[in-house]
Amino acid sequence: MSQTVETPEDPILRASQTFGITPEQYMLPARGEIRMVDPSGRLLAPEEQGTGPGHEYPLPARDVLLDAYEKLVVGRRVNDQNSALVRQGRMAVYPSSHGQEACQVAAALCLEEGDWLFPTYRDTVAVMTKGVDPLQVMAIFRGEWHGGYDPYEHCVGIQSTPLTTQLLHAVGVAHAAKLRGEDTVVLAMCGDGATSEGDFHEALNFAAVFKLPVVFFVQNNGYAISVPLSQQSAAPSLAHKAVGYGMAGERVDGNDLVALLATLRRAVDLARSESEPLLVEAHTYRMQAHTNADDATRYRDDAEVQEWIAKDPVTRMRAYLGAEGVLDEAAEQRIAAAAEDVASALRDGMNADVEIDPLELFRHVYTEQTPQLAEQEQFLAAELAREETGQ
Amino acid sequence: MSTLHAPAPAGEAPAVKPATFAQALNTALADALAADDGVVVFGEDVGTLGGVFRITDGLTQRFGRTRCFDTPLAESGIAGMAVGMAMNRMRPVIEMQFDAFAYPAFEQVASHIAKMHNRTRGAVRLPIVIRIPYAGGIGGVEHHCDSSEAYYAHTPGLKVFTPATVEDAYLMLREAIDSDDPVVFFEPKKLYWSKAPVDLAELKDRYENRSPERREGRAVVARAGEDATLLAYGPSVPTALAAAATAAAEGRSLEVVDLRSLVPFDDETVAASVRRTGRVVVVAEAPGFASVAAEIVARVQERCFHSLAAPVRRVTGFDIPYPAPKLEKHYLPSVDRILDAVDDLQWED
Repeated sequence: MSQTVETPEDPILRASQTFGITPEQYMLPARGEIRMVDPSGRLLAPEEQGTGPGHEYPLPARDVLLDAYEKLVVGRRVNDQNSALVRQGRMAVYPSSHGQEACQVAAALCLEEGDWLFPTYRDTVAVMTKGVDPLQVMAIFRGEWHGGYDPYEHCVGIQSTPLTTQLLHAVGVAHAAKLRGEDTVVLAMCGDGATSEGDFHEALNFAAVFKLPVVFFVQNNGYAISVPLSQQSAAPSLAHKAVGYGMAGERVDGNDLVALLATLRRAVDLARSESEPLLVEAHTYRMQAHTNADDATRYRDDAEVQEWIAKDPVTRMRAYLGAEGVLDEAAEQRIAAAAEDVASALRDGMNADVEIDPLELFRHVYTEQTPQLAEQEQFLAAELAREETGQ
Repeated sequence: MSTLHAPAPAGEAPAVKPATFAQALNTALADALAADDGVVVFGEDVGTLGGVFRITDGLTQRFGRTRCFDTPLAESGIAGMAVGMAMNRMRPVIEMQFDAFAYPAFEQVASHIAKMHNRTRGAVRLPIVIRIPYAGGIGGVEHHCDSSEAYYAHTPGLKVFTPATVEDAYLMLREAIDSDDPVVFFEPKKLYWSKAPVDLAELKDRYENRSPERREGRAVVARAGEDATLLAYGPSVPTALAAAATAAAEGRSLEVVDLRSLVPFDDETVAASVRRTGRVVVVAEAPGFASVAAEIVARVQERCFHSLAAPVRRVTGFDIPYPAPKLEKHYLPSVDRILDAVDDLQWED
């Protein structure tokens, strides 16, 4: 007897049917975090990876991994170069993602051309991995303007300083695309502390209610400046919050670039094919202070930091790719040189003085200048003219 | 039967059927949805119900759920989603159900909607209209009667409109939707049911085909007069007009200027009136301290000091939370308070 199984309209029901599991099993994260390469660089056997039915992640291709490793090394170099530039007084502030570069790189590489990324202030490496010129990214930290790049050029929202407000912008971009019948996926980033904000809740709920292809990517680095996650939330897992919104969640080792690429890639594919949001939580660590103005020794022990040095995403990926024969000495040298080139271009750019016309302050407040702002611009122009002539 | 409903005598042009302020807004939304595929209307109860004030009545039925739809109950979510949709080439018109319920959205409004164009050096435009039914005089319970315009007028990057007539309700909402800048559109609740003999089809034709004079940044002389100027906006305009009518009966000629666009502000029209009359009373419902009315007084004295025969007076709400329904009559600017303020303008006779 032939039987027609109706395909349910609800993406969660459809997915659970596809994978032969219950909707709850689909929405709830796999039992542990997804990890494919351990801190020593050893590829784990499939049964050790934390996966399960409906939560399976194929190993990314070798060329994908090598390309991602290059971005990882460049990202690390940019983080350290920028921290140095801050110490030298060339930049006002830099929130470094040193230690979190695997998350940064994977967040950008899992997206296709035309997909959008909505980053936070700490996601500079993700922004440049998506294609934005590092010098333009740095304009904000150099204090030139409150944003340095055109969001439309590489489909990257401006780096958001208020927490989680950008998640709703991601929802809106996805909603507009969906209404027009486009299959754009949007990846929205935030940290563990930000999950306390109201907009985190509103964004996840809106995305689920309107069935929008948004991947919410939480980099859980354990601290919101100084406050540990235990004081932020009593939930033992952030990824499990997904089920409360009717979406699927997953946890991943945030220092394992291989697992991140696999997990986020699948989340993006599911978001696109099913038009549904997903929540991915990555466990990682901010190796440096919140910014140069912060003193991390006031709230965390050196022993804890040392523990995370052993889990470093760059050394782990280097060991893994070396052992697999994907990365040889020549490739390592080429990648190191590429990272040096980016760092040197950054240094040169930051050491060059940029002239900003103070009158530009009045130019982008409204699309058409108001009479009041025209008056104020004239006032400043006259003041500048007097300064110039020394009167 | 009112004379407006009486059949036109043979040989004369038929009288125009009166339209309400609410109908004008509803028609403006419908006409904007029809004119531009990018326009989307959303908020709480705006879909199936048609809005608690019925301003979006019939839009979902006519244009479908992709063009006018209900959202979850979350004002920040509504405003934040509008940012993303506007970034992605749409023109969202969002409804905040009541003035004081818009406060949860304030971070999105002040930190993103107002600043995005500036932060991206002009790369991103956010053509968003935030409709806010505001002010009192309807016997509303708490949190339903705030005059919150000062918060938005104080925030650079936002335009702030507030129509007071049926015709302006239509034309200014169309203008707001077509503006590439975000507009906070304040609708005086107590005027929703006011009527005027306005042909909405004619307004649509005028707006779409005969490029009418823009309302943005333009105040209008609602009643011409010579002895003193009443500067009013939104719900206070009819009160100011009533005061002027009473004053006329008592032999004093008051000019009433309807400001209607608070940002950008029309200094020119205001100054021209003040220089002619030399005496000014500003009328507004919001508490007076640090208010739009306070700003107007400052601007008038900066520009027109030598034309003034008396200090500028204000008739505003008291600096108290908006009162409960049984007490609101003591709070609202009234004809008597306006006339008393006018009497205080150091008349020589």
